[in-house]
Amino acid sequence: MDLSTTYLGLKLTHPLMPGASPLVDDLDTVRKLEDAGAAAITMHSVFEEQISREQVASFVHTESHGQSFAEALTYFPSPEAFHLGPQEYLEHLRKVKQAVSVPVIGSLNGYTTGGWLEYAKLIQDAGADALELNVFSLGTNPQESGAQMELRTVQMVQAVRKAVRIPVAVKLSPYYTSLAHFATKLDEAGADGLVLFNRFYQPDIDVEELQVRRQIHLSSSAELPLRLVWLAMLSPKVKASLACTGGVHTAIDVVQSVMAGAHAIQLVSSLLKRGPSHIATLRQELAQWLEEHEYHSLRQAQGSMNLEACPDPQVYSRANYMLVLQSWRDSH
Amino acid sequence: MATRNMIAVDGNEAAASVAHRLSEVIAIYPITPSSNMGEFSDEWSAQGRKNIWGIVPDVVEMQSEGGAAGAVHGALQAGALTTTFTASQGLLLMIPNMYKIAGELTPFTMHVAARTVASHALSIFGDHSDVMACRQIGFALLSSGSVQEAHDLALVAHAATLEARVPFLHFFDGFRTSHEVRKIEMLEDEDLRFMMRDDLVAAHRQRALTPDKPVLRGTAQNPDVFFQAREACNRFYLDCPAIVEKTMARLGERTGRTYKLFDYVGHPQAERVIVLMGSGAEVAHETVDHLVAQGEKVGILKVRLVRPFSVKHFAAALPGTVRAIAVLDRTKEPGSVGEPLYLDVVAAVREAREAGQSTLAVDPIVVGGRYGLSSKDFSPAQVKAVFDELVRREGPRNHFTVGIVDDVTHTSIPVDPDFDIDSEDRVRAVFFGLGADGTVGANKNSIKIIGEETENDAQGYFVYDSKKSGAVTISHLRFGPGPIRSSYLIKKAGFVACHQFGFLERYDMLEYAVPGGTFLLNSPFPKDEVWKNLPRKVQEQVVEKKLKVYAIDAYDVAEKTGMGGRINSIMQTCFFAISGVLPREEAITQIKKAIEKTYGKKGAEVVKRNFASVDATLENLHEVPIGSPTGSIQMRPTVAAAAPDFVKRVQAVIIEGKGDLLPVSAFPVDGTWPTGTAQWEKRAIALDIPVWDDKICIQCNKCAFVCPHAAIRAKVYDPADLGNAPATFKSCDFKGAEFKGKKYTIQVAPEDCTGCNLCVMVCPAKDKANPKHKAIDMAPMPPLREAEAANYEFFLGLPEPKREEVKLDLKGTQFLTPLFEYSGACAGCGETPYIKLMTQLFGDRVLIANATGCSSIYGANLPTTPYTQDRNGRGPAWANSLFEDNAEFGLGMRLALDQHMEQAVALVNGLGGRLGDNLVKGLLEADQSAEAGIAAQRGRVLALKQALEKIPGAESQRLLLLADYLVKKNVWILGGDGWAYDIGYGGLDHVLSMKRDVNVLILDTEVYSNTGGQASKATPIGASAKFASAGKEVGKKDIGLMAMAYRHVYVAHVAFGAKDVQTVKAFQEAESYDGPSLIIAYSHCIAHGYDMAYGAEQQKLAVDSGVWPLYRYDPRRVAQGQPPLILDSGDPKISARQYMRNETRFRMVEKIDPERFKRLALMAEKNTKQNVAVYKQMAGITVPQVSDAEAEAEPATAKK
Repeated sequence: MDLSTTYLGLKLTHPLMPGASPLVDDLDTVRKLEDAGAAAITMHSVFEEQISREQVASFVHTESHGQSFAEALTYFPSPEAFHLGPQEYLEHLRKVKQAVSVPVIGSLNGYTTGGWLEYAKLIQDAGADALELNVFSLGTNPQESGAQMELRTVQMVQAVRKAVRIPVAVKLSPYYTSLAHFATKLDEAGADGLVLFNRFYQPDIDVEELQVRRQIHLSSSAELPLRLVWLAMLSPKVKASLACTGGVHTAIDVVQSVMAGAHAIQLVSSLLKRGPSHIATLRQELAQWLEEHEYHSLRQAQGSMNLEACPDPQVYSRANYMLVLQSWRDSH
Repeated sequence: MATRNMIAVDGNEAAASVAHRLSEVIAIYPITPSSNMGEFSDEWSAQGRKNIWGIVPDVVEMQSEGGAAGAVHGALQAGALTTTFTASQGLLLMIPNMYKIAGELTPFTMHVAARTVASHALSIFGDHSDVMACRQIGFALLSSGSVQEAHDLALVAHAATLEARVPFLHFFDGFRTSHEVRKIEMLEDEDLRFMMRDDLVAAHRQRALTPDKPVLRGTAQNPDVFFQAREACNRFYLDCPAIVEKTMARLGERTGRTYKLFDYVGHPQAERVIVLMGSGAEVAHETVDHLVAQGEKVGILKVRLVRPFSVKHFAAALPGTVRAIAVLDRTKEPGSVGEPLYLDVVAAVREAREAGQSTLAVDPIVVGGRYGLSSKDFSPAQVKAVFDELVRREGPRNHFTVGIVDDVTHTSIPVDPDFDIDSEDRVRAVFFGLGADGTVGANKNSIKIIGEETENDAQGYFVYDSKKSGAVTISHLRFGPGPIRSSYLIKKAGFVACHQFGFLERYDMLEYAVPGGTFLLNSPFPKDEVWKNLPRKVQEQVVEKKLKVYAIDAYDVAEKTGMGGRINSIMQTCFFAISGVLPREEAITQIKKAIEKTYGKKGAEVVKRNFASVDATLENLHEVPIGSPTGSIQMRPTVAAAAPDFVKRVQAVIIEGKGDLLPVSAFPVDGTWPTGTAQWEKRAIALDIPVWDDKICIQCNKCAFVCPHAAIRAKVYDPADLGNAPATFKSCDFKGAEFKGKKYTIQVAPEDCTGCNLCVMVCPAKDKANPKHKAIDMAPMPPLREAEAANYEFFLGLPEPKREEVKLDLKGTQFLTPLFEYSGACAGCGETPYIKLMTQLFGDRVLIANATGCSSIYGANLPTTPYTQDRNGRGPAWANSLFEDNAEFGLGMRLALDQHMEQAVALVNGLGGRLGDNLVKGLLEADQSAEAGIAAQRGRVLALKQALEKIPGAESQRLLLLADYLVKKNVWILGGDGWAYDIGYGGLDHVLSMKRDVNVLILDTEVYSNTGGQASKATPIGASAKFASAGKEVGKKDIGLMAMAYRHVYVAHVAFGAKDVQTVKAFQEAESYDGPSLIIAYSHCIAHGYDMAYGAEQQKLAVDSGVWPLYRYDPRRVAQGQPPLILDSGDPKISARQYMRNETRFRMVEKIDPERFKRLALMAEKNTKQNVAVYKQMAGITVPQVSDAEAEAEPATAKK
């Protein structure tokens, strides 16, 4: 079965790949993922803010003790190789790139305009075949409108697009008032791909200790429908290729995503639960399903159920909502 | 010839740079002020820097200087070019091996940053007492007086030793040269190759021990031959001076800098000459240049090759016109005829005359004097005083001292305080800063900028505080046409900078300012309000000296540019902008270049913020309009009016920074100082202090427990005692049953708090409606200072509960007065809470033996000590012997106590009936296992003393002296892991092996903290430390398990931040155990690299991850049929990585080499799990009881 697909201009033998996650922290796991047939490797994100904060913390809390006391002008060795910048990430990216023959997609969560650009170039120079921009930031500033926030992101994507040669994907959250509009703007800004959707740490309130803790739960197939809606909506509207991430666990999930318009499927929770070999299983089951249903290639199914192609587009849109509301009213 | 770089480096780097390039093996042990030489070498080798033969030298850190010397000796025997670096006590520990190395005629050079040997007190500073203790060994002693010389003569030593086969000790003055930053011309590798002869290197190799050409060294010889064999080396010592002379000449040809064995400087027909060596010779050189220009016939003789002392060269160097010689020694040899250099010169003058080598027309007067001990500043005025002394009408005094006032034995000669020759054409600048604000680092950068980017010579010397928290630094910088030989502190400066506004009321900074000079002030006030906020005295000085005053709110600029409390770049920019040393634009470019160089690899964000702060500086820098000196703000009194006389007369003067003015008579003759003195030194260094909310407080006392500085305290007291309470004094009902009806207060000592935040972090009580607000919150100190100081004074005056009424659980211990308070340890120190707890529990009956290290420094670095006394005048009696001998030192105390006790018991028995049976029985059978028993025994001893007063006779008098020993006394042996795991381990092991009642507390920071983060055997796997910068490969030594192997040692592994109740229990069990006890206490430390406010949290993570299991091993439980080991912590709840990743020491490894970190972290996880599993099994093991009969019975097989 021909499962080939094109994502971010990269020709892939099939759409399945690990999504940005700690899965790639370990080179052995990376090799296992490739052995299991991963079509590409998506790196975890490098967080500019985290790097900046560590630099500043080190400056304030570590450096400040030096040159204070006659017996100890410093408290740490100062090895040449010690950098508090993104070098660790870049070095790992280089090693991953060396370790596998499939494309490697770097991932970046920037914090400042300068940082987005600088890090994007560094990731390109470290050998990434493509770059995923993880643009999530919570709109906590009451002075900034949604439009301003979106504009900021669009301008950043434009700038990064100009600054690097490699394809650039933008990983989005579903929390935009007009996602279709925003996605179109990103498309116009030159984004080569859109990744739907980010999943985040959620706060958890410890009622005993009166503390807020961060947690993240693995996804389940229940989260997929939200992705399907927006893949189907955007698929006919944008030039950018689309990736689905968050909630793909079974071969049917994959088929649905592809039919909704996905060119690539990023897997995290299912791989964390079942191990790298799950990619091989899904690939085989996907091929089997397509064969059983007499498809000749994956491309035949790609976008077949998007907003334009599907038999009943209204089900994706507001009508769906209205029906639900009506049934609610009926029962009261 | 090579083009040589001009570089600005300190003396340590200058010497190490040569040593590293000329060595194959470097074995060291850290000791101030030489540590940096080893650290530089380690760093260079880690970077792969090669020696001139293309090999990366192998740098190893040993367990002591004795160990380093052994390793050096071995490496030399096996034919490697070898070096080491040391000082002071360290050098003394090397002496036995040095005899061997010399006796075997081994080419070898060691570099010594000469430092005072501890006598009545330890001193980390410089003099020649260590080097002079080596003058009889058979080493050549070569002296350098400046940074350039330390660089050049290091090469001379390495080259000459190969030819001479006499080993060399190359030395320069600790701190004054080792830490002075100077512009020097760097010797390139080609220069080094030019000086090193391959044939001599080959000859050294040829002599190596090898089984291919076997020989024997280190024989034992007997009366028949030893003597003759010892004389067989003479030829080499006779030849050595000429070889050194030749080598110096060769260096001179190559570099244009020519040295001689004895360098004469001065008038060619000088009549008066001073003979001296080291950095003092530079000062004398500058002074002589000045005096000769004034027409005086004076000169100095700089001694370079001290051993072998060449009489011939000495005699030839002196002008024939000399009539009087003063020999200055930077050491003291009590009881000798004179100090060593003096004796050498006296003998040399006479021998030269008798051998016909002397050119002197008259037999000169030769006198000796002492100067500059422990880096006492040696100034041109002192040099002048010595020359003046040589023409004193009554004849010069011999064995004089200069630079102090000896009003007891009147050895000191008068010095004219106004004699100053420090050149006016130089920029002289003095900066007062805080260690934490980065002043010193910025000034070092300024020296590099000016030294390396302009034609000017540049010099910087830095004076540090005796405290580790809120430490004040004073930077002395000179720039100008060279050479700058002024190896002394600046007395008069054209530029004075005060980087902390609070210093104005504490230090007389403008004393330094020359009339018409400039004063730069970091001020929180706008420019028009600066004047009125200056203390009156400062205003008067400004007006009188017509100073220009500039001010900037540097903290505001730092805040706005995200620099935290680091104002270094801002103040540095101000200096350049005002001083005009460089054009402004160029200065800013250079400052930015320096920032990029310093922080580039550590973080683009840090560079960016520094740049932003530099850019924002000039618009915020203003000249302050000068008003009339009529302000009302007074300088704060140094100590309170209530302070004891000695504190006022002596310690207050030292606190003010004027200790140099104290005469000999001010001091105790034997190094004995009073305790209870830190309370008078109100430093008020916290920006924020804790504020207590009694409404929310759950009265757990954890805040008081964790406070490293005893600056937040808890008390229960009677409601009636509140009568005269200040208006803002807070109080609430005590909630527990044990003190029902009493009042309770948590009180902060606002002027003693360091603002470390530990108390806030451990406070568990949160406001339910607003959990951000806790029972303790931090708030800015200045507005609270006066009221809280009054509250604290009232609090201290409240009666304390009786010790015997306090339940000794965690909470109860905090109602006992800490007898360790307000130490100068780092803010948030992880060691001091343990010491404080120990003094709360046992402080009124404890002798402390304290190993050298952090705990001895914050424990007893002058001017004051945190050890104090209770209301009865009892408290810890404390002493520090050395670094390496502390366990033995403490054992000695125990032996003495036991002897005293035994004698007292015998005397009580002897006097028996005359004392009354009840009293005797009571005294001898007293149960002193708890506070009540001890209180009762104190009562009986009082009765005994009263009874003895009435009993005549020698025995009664003897008992009177010993009676107090009938009350239980504890010995606590304290020290860090460097002592316990490394240098002192042999002694500690031996003391633990004896069944004597001593308590050992290891304050385990897992690194040498005091000397700046060198790896110890306690350093955990995966942690980066100096000499293990790539991350330690092996796990830390399990010293607890090793002690348990004895089976009679009580052992506890504690971490107060993880389980405070277990810590308290361990201290009580250790004390109650009648035998050796060992507590290994996790101590978070600035050398771990994170905000110390999280210290307790990190301790918890260490325990939760299993990295630091908590346990108590009590041999007493064996007899009860219980497992002696109790594991107080459970299975790991988090991974070791979760703990490790919060600390720079581990993160560094991850950042440098993630794969290596992964491997080491995995090993750490394995070790952790294995350790916990092993301890768990041990905690399940009971030791079978074996009766005497069973023990004696023949084994079953033997019966057959």
